[in-house]
Amino acid sequence: MATVTLKNVWKTYGRDIVLERVNLHVKSGEFITIVGASGCGKTTFLRMLLGEETPSRGELLMDGAPMPGEPGPDRGVVFQKYSVFPHLNALNNVLVAEEFGRAPLTGHLFGAARRAARAKAVEMLEAVGLGHALKKYPHELSGGMQQRLAIAQALMKDPRILLLDEPFGALDPGIRKDMHALILDLWKRRGLTIFMVTHDLKEGFYLGTRLLVFDKVRHDPQAPNAYGANITYDIPVGRTEPELLAEIRDQTGLPLAT
Amino acid sequence: MKRFINQRPPRAVGYLLGLLPFVLLLLAYMAASAARLAENPNDPLLPSLGTMLDTFWRLATEPSRRTGELVLWVDTAASLTRLGLGVAISMAMGLVVGILAGLIPYAGRTLSPLITAVAMIPPLAVLPILFITFGVGELAKIVLIVFGIAPFIIRDVQQRVSELPTEQLIKAQTLGASSWLIILRVVLPQVFPRLLDATRLALGAAWLFLIASEAIAATEGLGYRIFLVRRFMDMATILPYVVWITLLAFLADLLLRLVNRLLFPWYGGRRG
Repeated sequence: MATVTLKNVWKTYGRDIVLERVNLHVKSGEFITIVGASGCGKTTFLRMLLGEETPSRGELLMDGAPMPGEPGPDRGVVFQKYSVFPHLNALNNVLVAEEFGRAPLTGHLFGAARRAARAKAVEMLEAVGLGHALKKYPHELSGGMQQRLAIAQALMKDPRILLLDEPFGALDPGIRKDMHALILDLWKRRGLTIFMVTHDLKEGFYLGTRLLVFDKVRHDPQAPNAYGANITYDIPVGRTEPELLAEIRDQTGLPLAT
Repeated sequence: MKRFINQRPPRAVGYLLGLLPFVLLLLAYMAASAARLAENPNDPLLPSLGTMLDTFWRLATEPSRRTGELVLWVDTAASLTRLGLGVAISMAMGLVVGILAGLIPYAGRTLSPLITAVAMIPPLAVLPILFITFGVGELAKIVLIVFGIAPFIIRDVQQRVSELPTEQLIKAQTLGASSWLIILRVVLPQVFPRLLDATRLALGAAWLFLIASEAIAATEGLGYRIFLVRRFMDMATILPYVVWITLLAFLADLLLRLVNRLLFPWYGGRRG
């Protein structure tokens, strides 16, 4: 699928340094979880992967080529909210992805092309467990179902990379567990490369194959934005000792919600 | 006893309460009218309800002696045509310019200052210019309505577009949508119900400009008629015409609300 490489990447806004000297290589098929305190640049990092932001310095490469400067169909995304289109029902929310790609002028498919696209959309909705809610509008769906819809939508384009920005942050613990199962299943079956930002350290610790912790290494109390954050932990799959978890918790000050 | 903020009238009582001020006003008018007419049966200022109904009925059903036309319907058709055209053109401008200015940064930077400046000009102040430029025919009246309400609608649509969550626009891009498809499938359908809302708010102003321009130069129209018979202090025509205009304005508002509810079932739910 896709590899992502960061070579000495900086991100600055004027005199504020958000990220500094970030080096990273992510292999295809990895499930990266990203944690860090608020304002430590993890969302900025995700926005760079998305193409919404470009690095101020350094190189950001996807499969060896510079990352495009705007979002595109090779990188799918699910946000915490506002990920789905409120004016379309569940089926059309997913179908529209197909119509964007194949009907550049009218934005609508007709006849056999529409039937084929519809079948694909229904199949995708069934895969995320929304086969029974095709005609429902987003405001009629629960938070968890909305996120399932957003995932189905994102997967319609067969993205090489899937970016998840605190996708389950607003969900109840029980529903969150179901969503974890769903996303792990989709990740394994479709061979995705996933980047997931989370506020929940435990989620980050146990869900992915690799955990990145963003934090500021240097700190100037007189000028909090003088130094940027960096990746302070890069933990591979299987390292789940409680001591390590506690250490990261102490460093980042994140809660251990379940 | 509960606090006043917690006391709610039952449904039927609520309707009655809403009706009460109208009934009181009507009674007050009737009393005043009766008092004046008792002194002078030919007093034109506060005609009785019966006189007004007669006049209205005559205007609606009997051909005018001078032109042979049914005055009320000729006036109504003329006014509604002007109003409809003016509002429709303003809506079209609001949609096109508002979406472009709200979504495309280059268009926004180019158009926003102009729109803001034009919106500041009092439309009635440019009415003479419109009459000089476009003549005293239909065009000047329609242009006045457009001049008066289009900037408001454009700015409202632009505002709504820029309020769309960035997440949605990003999502559409990750699904492969071009700028055009984002306008067509994401922005337009979400802005349309808001365009209708903005139009509802602008209708009052549209009527104002319509009647103002008709009062100055027209040969038929609801505003023209009112200002024509004003010379004879013909309240028996003016008052029913005012009620009729109010009714038309109310129906236009109702129609827009119904369209919104029928065509965009997701709209109300999303706000709730």
